[in-house]
Amino acid sequence: MSSVAGDSSLFTRLLPFFGFVALVALLGFGIYWNTHHEMTEVPSPLIGKPAPAFTLPLLYEPEKTLSASELLGKPYLLNVFGSWCPTCQYEHPILTGQIKPLGIKLIGLDWKDDPEDAKRWIAQFGNPYDALITDREGRAGIDFGVYMAPETFLVDAQGIVRYKRIGMFTAENIRDELLPKIAELTGKHAKKGAP
Amino acid sequence: MIGLTALTQRTRRTLLDAYLPFPPQSGGREICARAGFALAVICLLIFSAFFSSDVFAIDPLPFKDRAEEVRFQHLAKQLRCLVCQNLDLADSDADLAKDLRKQVFEMMQSGKSDDEIKQYLVARYNDFVLYDPPLKPGTWLLWFTPFALVGVGAFVVAGILRRRSRAAPPDSISPPDPGEDW
Repeated sequence: MSSVAGDSSLFTRLLPFFGFVALVALLGFGIYWNTHHEMTEVPSPLIGKPAPAFTLPLLYEPEKTLSASELLGKPYLLNVFGSWCPTCQYEHPILTGQIKPLGIKLIGLDWKDDPEDAKRWIAQFGNPYDALITDREGRAGIDFGVYMAPETFLVDAQGIVRYKRIGMFTAENIRDELLPKIAELTGKHAKKGAP
Repeated sequence: MIGLTALTQRTRRTLLDAYLPFPPQSGGREICARAGFALAVICLLIFSAFFSSDVFAIDPLPFKDRAEEVRFQHLAKQLRCLVCQNLDLADSDADLAKDLRKQVFEMMQSGKSDDEIKQYLVARYNDFVLYDPPLKPGTWLLWFTPFALVGVGAFVVAGILRRRSRAAPPDSISPPDPGEDW
């Protein structure tokens, strides 16, 4: 071994060291990536594609329905929630205090929930939604690729999904993600008169 | 669950051993011991069956025959539960997993192929829903990096060997010295 090492160039002798540095870099990147990304988040394949068609009963008038086609023409947010979902309770004041003032239409999708429980929940916490629809079986949820609550979809006037938030909105991600996306849709002015 | 399945397999084998024909010279006492052991193993088998994943996690779905059930199980094993993301759809007890199992079952009933069902789920939940990532440009790195690394390693080893054989004096190459300092 010693005779071979004597012949080899400096580069060859340093090769194991370079390998070590590469491994450390990989490890460092892994740590960085894990701390800056929510690892359980599954990016939605729906972004840039038409929102799935749905026709769902209204929470307060179950004999009436609302369908995706009726919502065309104006961008809207579809907020998936459930009375069984604790995080939705945390998100609720943010919907009321920070999303509603944006003036964008806010549709609440009560997902896999008993409508009576949902009504009680809304009665207790207030109703920030422009319309409330129910998906008791969770079929529409599957079509939207919902796998937890809350989840929120931004759909543009043409019915294309532009953005999906998995988990609750916070002041930070409203400022950094939602507002720029809404601004893209409404032409620089994120704020529009409430309908 | 894997541990339990393995245990079940092992106990199954032990059960077989217990029923193996006894050597002619074995006495009655040994037969008794073996029978007792077999009984214990049967109890254990029944007990473990209650906790094995096939029986436990799956809600009763009206399969029309065994083949359909096997197909369903096979498919559900290839799909990931999105709630408990380290579990497959067959093993997960999450509410959404139940819904998705129902969906898969209904699609099977309506004559959809396994690929169509997978496509349906991928369109909604991304490739992530598949346990095995599909081979496509975005996953080349994932699929081929191990082979590339082995290739690089082979290249480096070959280079080192070539240099060594060149550096070593010709007569020391063959025959190899048994006391060589490797």
